[in-house]
Amino acid sequence: MNYLEFEKPLAEIEGKAEELRAMGRSNPEMDIAKEAEALDKKAEAMLRDLYKDLTPWRKCLVARHPERPHCKDYIEALFSEYTPLAGDRNFADDHAVMGGLARFNDQPVVLIGHEKGHDTKSRIERNFGMARPEGYRKAIRLMDMADRFRLPVITLVDTPGAYPGKGAEERGQAEAIARSTQKCLEIGVPLISVVIGEGGSGGAVAFATANRVAMLEHSVYSVISPEGCASILWKDAEKMREAAEALRLTAQDLQKLGVIDRIIKEPMGGAQRGRREAIDAVGKGIEAMLKELSGKKPEALIKDRRSKFIEMGTKGLAA
Amino acid sequence: MNWISNYVRPKINSLFSRREVPENLWTKCPECGTMLFHRELAENLNVCSNCDHHMAISPRDRFKSLFDTGIFTEVKVPEAVVDPLHFKDQKKYPDRLKAAQKATGEKEAMLVAEGEIGRTQVVAVAQDFSFMAGSMGMYVGNAILAAAERAVKLKRPLILFSAAGGARMQEGILSLMQMPRTTVAVQMLKEARLPYVVVLTHPTTGGVTASYAMLGDVQISEPNALICFAGPRVIEQTIREKLPEGFQRAEYLLDHGMLDRVTHRKSLREELITILRMLTNQPPAVKGDLPAPTPEPAVVATPAAPTAG
Ligand SMILES: [Zn+2]
Repeated sequence: MNYLEFEKPLAEIEGKAEELRAMGRSNPEMDIAKEAEALDKKAEAMLRDLYKDLTPWRKCLVARHPERPHCKDYIEALFSEYTPLAGDRNFADDHAVMGGLARFNDQPVVLIGHEKGHDTKSRIERNFGMARPEGYRKAIRLMDMADRFRLPVITLVDTPGAYPGKGAEERGQAEAIARSTQKCLEIGVPLISVVIGEGGSGGAVAFATANRVAMLEHSVYSVISPEGCASILWKDAEKMREAAEALRLTAQDLQKLGVIDRIIKEPMGGAQRGRREAIDAVGKGIEAMLKELSGKKPEALIKDRRSKFIEMGTKGLAA
Repeated sequence: MNWISNYVRPKINSLFSRREVPENLWTKCPECGTMLFHRELAENLNVCSNCDHHMAISPRDRFKSLFDTGIFTEVKVPEAVVDPLHFKDQKKYPDRLKAAQKATGEKEAMLVAEGEIGRTQVVAVAQDFSFMAGSMGMYVGNAILAAAERAVKLKRPLILFSAAGGARMQEGILSLMQMPRTTVAVQMLKEARLPYVVVLTHPTTGGVTASYAMLGDVQISEPNALICFAGPRVIEQTIREKLPEGFQRAEYLLDHGMLDRVTHRKSLREELITILRMLTNQPPAVKGDLPAPTPEPAVVATPAAPTAG
């Protein structure tokens, strides 16, 4: 288990319980059961306490937790016959973006999502989930296909943002993001988005301009990273806690603002502590949202998406 | 009807510039250092007469130089919720807004107008970099939506002048949501088959570039304008190398296939007229002075059809 900084006291107790059990295993005459149980209880209470009211900054840390389930995990667990379709037919295949055909409860769908990778090698290969223009252009191509064959589109958002690289700029990532957002608005099929970790700025919008947007309980969605915002507005990147607070990037605030439609509950201690449970909850969420949109005509789906974004933000926090 | 009155619409805003500038002001060109006399600089559309550097120009001055005889009518933009997130950094957001309003004499970072250019009726919208770096929040989104709705209603082309440091961070997620929101506006124009011409000016960056500013039917930029998603400093920090000369400038983007044209501010009006008249299937513009228009047929009141009785 990878502990976050604010989980350090918890790490201590869980570590102690672990040690005690190890001691009990090598010294069968010792009776450690009672003591270990007490430690477990203490750890559990502490976990509950830590997670019952996570500050926005702590949510950012949880959202970025390396052991949180990533796009690939959701695809493996929730979809069958996943058939990756690669490339933007122009320059390259972007490995930061997974995409292709798959079945969700037997229904064929088009699936698109950011993948961050799980170890050094895969993280580098996936560019830490930061798409380049080719990623958005692949997504555009797949959404187009979904539209033509009337397949719902499901996108899983988990990105720190677009990639600030030389080639990405030269190949027009601004245009690629803009076109992807435009494609999201154009397609006459249900488009469902789940923010499973980080919803980083334009890179997230390009996939999440959807009929229904859900967020995992401790995921975040923001115009800029708290660190970036702090260094610009506070002239001090260390003020990320204040910036995270001010930006209102939590699922709870976004629902209040009417930016997202649904919050998917995470297991106690975050998705990283109950990966399967979190994945199943996302599956249930997708199922429910698909159901809400089923039977709607293409024009109605386009109109629904459009009026949703026109209305968005017009009431501020009173939404 | 006097033909002049045809141009003089009820709300003539361009005649009353709210910002009176002292006559004897000198401006130093940030590019070459030449001291430029304010009035001459203004006559030159804020372009340095020595090095051709294009300085920022306010939306009002832009419109004055764009529309026929400098006359335009402002299009009303729906109000946005002020400080929707109750955002506070080192300063309160409403205080930053007030300071920007005081400095510019404008309400927000976007101005929408309608009028004629080369006697082609258009709607135009311009972003004001001097207002909180032209940043995009709810009001800017409202302005673009209002402009698109107006263009669709009147069946006119839309010209958009972009200039922005990016998103209005103080509106957090709502500033980000202007990306899809303004893209809806572009969709309205697209569906109505109305030309949407974007003129990118220095600088156009971040979420603005990654939404409405890159979705024009025709993409024109002023010379040397910085146009990017991620700014050069962020990229240098990420890749730890020096970027090539002219990287992310208009000419560089033109070379990389991201723009249609790079056009000097002084030639912009003529070029827009030429392009718009072709896209709207009109005969070529008459160069030189406007000819006296053919007299409009006298309005003859048609008597209402007799009702029963
Ligand atoms: Zn100069």
